[in-house]
Amino acid sequence: MRILTVVRVVAVVLILAVIAGCARRQTAPREAPPPPELPPSVSRAGGPELPPSSTPPAPPARPAERVIDTRPVAPVGEDGIELRTLDDLNRDSPFSPAFFALDSAELDAPARAVVSANADMMKRNGTWAVTIEGHCDERGTAEYNLALGERRALAVKTYLVSLGIPPDRVRTISYGKEFPFDPGHDEAAWAQNRRAHFVITAK
Amino acid sequence: MRRGHTPATRSSAAAWRTALTTVAGCLALAVLHGPPVPVLGLGAGAAGQQAQQPDEIVVEITADGGRQPRYAVPDFVALSPDAATDGSTLGQVLWDDLEFEREFDMIPRDTYASIPVARSAAQVPFSAWRELGADALVFGTVQRAGDVLRVDLWLFDVRSGRSVFTQGYDGPATNPRRLAHTIADAIHDQQRGLRGVARTKLAFISDRNREALVGTVEKREVKEVYIADYDGANQHRITVTRTLNLNPSWAPDGLALAYTSYSASSADIVISRIYEGLLQRVTRGAGNNYLPAYSPDGTRIAFMSTRDGNGEIYVINVDGTGLRRLTTHPADDVSPTWSPSGAQIAFASDRTGRPQIYIMNADGTGVERLTLNESEADRPTWSPAPYNEMAFTARTGSWYDIKKIDMATRQVTQITFSQGSNESPAFSPTGRHLAFTSTRTGSKQIFLIGRDGRGLKQVTRQGNNQTPSWSSH
Repeated sequence: MRILTVVRVVAVVLILAVIAGCARRQTAPREAPPPPELPPSVSRAGGPELPPSSTPPAPPARPAERVIDTRPVAPVGEDGIELRTLDDLNRDSPFSPAFFALDSAELDAPARAVVSANADMMKRNGTWAVTIEGHCDERGTAEYNLALGERRALAVKTYLVSLGIPPDRVRTISYGKEFPFDPGHDEAAWAQNRRAHFVITAK
Repeated sequence: MRRGHTPATRSSAAAWRTALTTVAGCLALAVLHGPPVPVLGLGAGAAGQQAQQPDEIVVEITADGGRQPRYAVPDFVALSPDAATDGSTLGQVLWDDLEFEREFDMIPRDTYASIPVARSAAQVPFSAWRELGADALVFGTVQRAGDVLRVDLWLFDVRSGRSVFTQGYDGPATNPRRLAHTIADAIHDQQRGLRGVARTKLAFISDRNREALVGTVEKREVKEVYIADYDGANQHRITVTRTLNLNPSWAPDGLALAYTSYSASSADIVISRIYEGLLQRVTRGAGNNYLPAYSPDGTRIAFMSTRDGNGEIYVINVDGTGLRRLTTHPADDVSPTWSPSGAQIAFASDRTGRPQIYIMNADGTGVERLTLNESEADRPTWSPAPYNEMAFTARTGSWYDIKKIDMATRQVTQITFSQGSNESPAFSPTGRHLAFTSTRTGSKQIFLIGRDGRGLKQVTRQGNNQTPSWSSH
């Protein structure tokens, strides 16, 4: 996936460079390049223009040439992430979860680094809204873990806001121990489940 | 009025409403008709069956030496062929109900084979039952009249051959179990002065449908609210919203359930009037709200909200007005539950490090720590009079067990002993039993147990089931 993205980026850059080169010869150097022109054999209305006449026109012949639309479909952001549906985005999430120690809602250094990177991502995509889900491993009670999960989510939100993210872009919710990411019953599984998980809810 | 349903879920919601309305109608229909005509002629040595007069002295069937009286409950006699299976259903369910309360010594039903089957109350072979060791015999007849089940019942003192209790019952033919439960409650009331639980219900959370959660890409399955008869029969799904639902709490009239329902943006308390198909929102648009508990008078809900930055206990009227914050400590205060009178609220708090049980007045004053010797305690449930105990989830080693504390002496008794992890206890309305979540079978299931730690009964088997609430009716 990453190689493909790089290829796409390189291809677009080359296309833009060519267009920019053409534009520079004809117009002032700082202007943005005009969109690529379509071949002249196809009008924007989609069919050939009829000559003014009183005789019924002959049915149009099938076009001899096929038009291949090479106009790029999806604008590409600076780091190569296409704009996709929310489900796609969350499935292949650009956000990493922050993990916690047992019974704790404190952000350690690695967790702060993760949240900081997530904050940068949110700044680059200024329309994104997220919900931070707080999760716990199975070892607390079902009820207390609802509060602990929310405290984890709130700790992450507080740190995000301190890094400059507006609070109305960030919601928090707790799932306690109801939705473990790893259903195992060992420390490796438990460590995966003690987390604050980012979900993009608007973009 | 429910919102946000697709036509498919609306039709299934309508089907549930119809089913539950029918059940409710059946409850209302259980009519007691007059006592049966007394039959003269009898088994050996007795003065004959007698119809129960309203002001007659109650004759209690006892046994020698202070032991519990031994009860036999054979199949009810079908007076018409179409009631044959009803006869065996009534006998088995009634036997199970009496066995559950452990007030009587129940004679196993597979030992009745040698006893001649009586076709009427006049033909009961009392000497044969005496030989089997029975002190009391429940004899019933059943027939169908249209869609009505008609039962005549006698409770016999086997030694004397006398009927000490007799009653006729009409009920819907679609629910013979309900008739048996009614009879069990009547026998416990008449013979022991005890209020029974045979007609009460459980509410709990289940993931058995394995439906994917709406609106998320994670592989998550919905958890829905279910109800069931106290013995696990007639399990019905209540919620159809394909979201996460948690922690149901019965209204005291048994006609509504409060629970937490998750939407895309928040967790909120809702009330479902389950026999009317009505859903009302209690909290709305103010942070996340969890763990509802109905007050004993049914007018308020205590719950935990994190709207002010950490878990705090709040109380709100069931219509969503009158919000009052009760706790103000920066630690997490969770799991509120009411005292039987409604004057106090118990909750769990980690204000001293690990969660412990606290009690306070219903206005938030007078906070007092209750558990002093537990490493961790959560989810208190307050038993009614005459027991005045608080059961809770207690950490025992790696996992949890149910314990209870006597509110007067503050003595702690352990109820479960490290078979799996045992959490989220809920007292029955009589205080004689607890329902709880246990992982002892490898999945989460609802179990019942006596307040003395005996009489374990598994209630659910399908999927994972957790956090029971026990209705008062």
